[in-house]
Amino acid sequence: MRTIKEINEKIKKGQVVVVTAEEVIDLVEKKGVKKVAQEVDVVTTGTFGPMCSSGAYFNIGHSKPRLKIGGGTCTINDVPAYTGFAAVDIYMGATAIPDDDPRNKVYPGEFKYGGAHVIEDIVAGKDVQLKVSAYGTDCYPRKKLDTLLNIKDLNEAVLFNMRNAYQNYNIAVNLSDKPIHTYLGMLKPNLGNANYCSAGQLSPLLKDPYYKTIGIGTKIFLGGGIGYVAWQGTQHNPGVPRSENGIPKVPAGTIAVIGDLKQMNSQWLKGTSMLGYGVTLIVGIGVPLPVLDEEVIQRAAVKDKDIYAPIVDYSQNYPQIVPGSLGQASYEQLKSGKITIQGKEVPTGNLSSYSKAVKISEELKSWIKKGDFELTDPVAKLPAADSGYAFKLLNERPIV
Amino acid sequence: MTSKRIVLHFPHRLVNQPIIYKLVKEHDLQFNILKAFVTPQEEGLMVLELSGKKENLEKGVEYLRSCGVRIQPLSQDVVRNEEKCTNCGVCVPICPTEALVVDPKTREVIFHNKKCIACELCVKICPPRAMEVHF
Repeated sequence: MRTIKEINEKIKKGQVVVVTAEEVIDLVEKKGVKKVAQEVDVVTTGTFGPMCSSGAYFNIGHSKPRLKIGGGTCTINDVPAYTGFAAVDIYMGATAIPDDDPRNKVYPGEFKYGGAHVIEDIVAGKDVQLKVSAYGTDCYPRKKLDTLLNIKDLNEAVLFNMRNAYQNYNIAVNLSDKPIHTYLGMLKPNLGNANYCSAGQLSPLLKDPYYKTIGIGTKIFLGGGIGYVAWQGTQHNPGVPRSENGIPKVPAGTIAVIGDLKQMNSQWLKGTSMLGYGVTLIVGIGVPLPVLDEEVIQRAAVKDKDIYAPIVDYSQNYPQIVPGSLGQASYEQLKSGKITIQGKEVPTGNLSSYSKAVKISEELKSWIKKGDFELTDPVAKLPAADSGYAFKLLNERPIV
Repeated sequence: MTSKRIVLHFPHRLVNQPIIYKLVKEHDLQFNILKAFVTPQEEGLMVLELSGKKENLEKGVEYLRSCGVRIQPLSQDVVRNEEKCTNCGVCVPICPTEALVVDPKTREVIFHNKKCIACELCVKICPPRAMEVHF
């Protein structure tokens, strides 16, 4: 029907037709898949939710005299960063917390500040405090450093997230008689609430369920700037059971993403604190889907009503890895504010902001329409549903 | 019958006096204590829902003022930091009074602070910590 090259020509000429993954649903209802596929060049998706396997690396530049952070220790605003690289490269993980944070010693811990907040502060242009303790070598003699850093002075500041944008996710509930605190929020006892975390009909991988257009090298909206799909995300699990429309019934595909932090915006990268659980980063991601054929439109037009997520007990079954679920619910049911589980009406809460996902899909649409964002051809495919690539549990072996 | 949610600040000198007893007895009011605490050597704080005839309510509040109790309407004390809120909605099923609800059209979270009883359940469970309570 059309190639990415042809779409980019249209973008350059200002003739491209772009709609969001929400708008395409109504369009297809009115005009049908065939007509919409002829008219529309690009569909934009979006998601804005907590994604723990995120982080950023920095090259801070060499001090005088030289110092080698590699093998030493370092903190930014008291949050430890990983130092196992060369002299001045460090990596700040989203969930890192200060050594003196009380964690869950006073349960539930508050986790007020951690790596994700450091990343948000750095992106916001705030000065942060770097403290380094190094062991000193002949060529890197300095052992201590305590300085302010600002993103504009760093050589590189790169967001590199090893697992983002989960394709579908669990609906978390609590069957026990005590409140529990999870990465999906506080769960009230005896099915007091059901929390979910997906943009549903706007979520990138739910709109391209077989990874037909999203691949390694796909250019994306990342944290308000431009990023790329770097690899399949960790725990990528494409071979799970799927509904007739191709949508995975359980969490499935993931992507690893990378992008220049210097052009991102703290509005789309938010440090957050999950009570009793820890710190995490809310990441804004938007992926454009090139309309290469009718199938792209057919898949992108899937509605919340036809996307189902599994209901999982987080008091016992999730922590103990008991397979199975308590049933499933569609994102339409979830968005209505209540779902029925074991005959009980349970109020729902979303951890992923749908209104922000809409804004991301609209922002990406406006970039493409203005000619500020051209699409890329993926350089390799993500492991497909029939690839045999699968997510395994740990094979724990005793040491003898 | 009208009702009103108010925050009462008792200065240190009033903490030992039966003010609430006199308030309800002499003004024929019903009360529901939503929250109460006394800070040693400082002040007492009480969040109260008062119900009764409109003129009795007014007289009751006037009585409290005359005793030296400082009064704030509750809605002034619970604030959503709009910069921080991401409108995710994880607070919605936690809120016991439906003061936090999702607008079905925009999918944004609406905060009806008149319905808020300042239980503070939302404060710590809010991932970006956007709900702030100031007493």
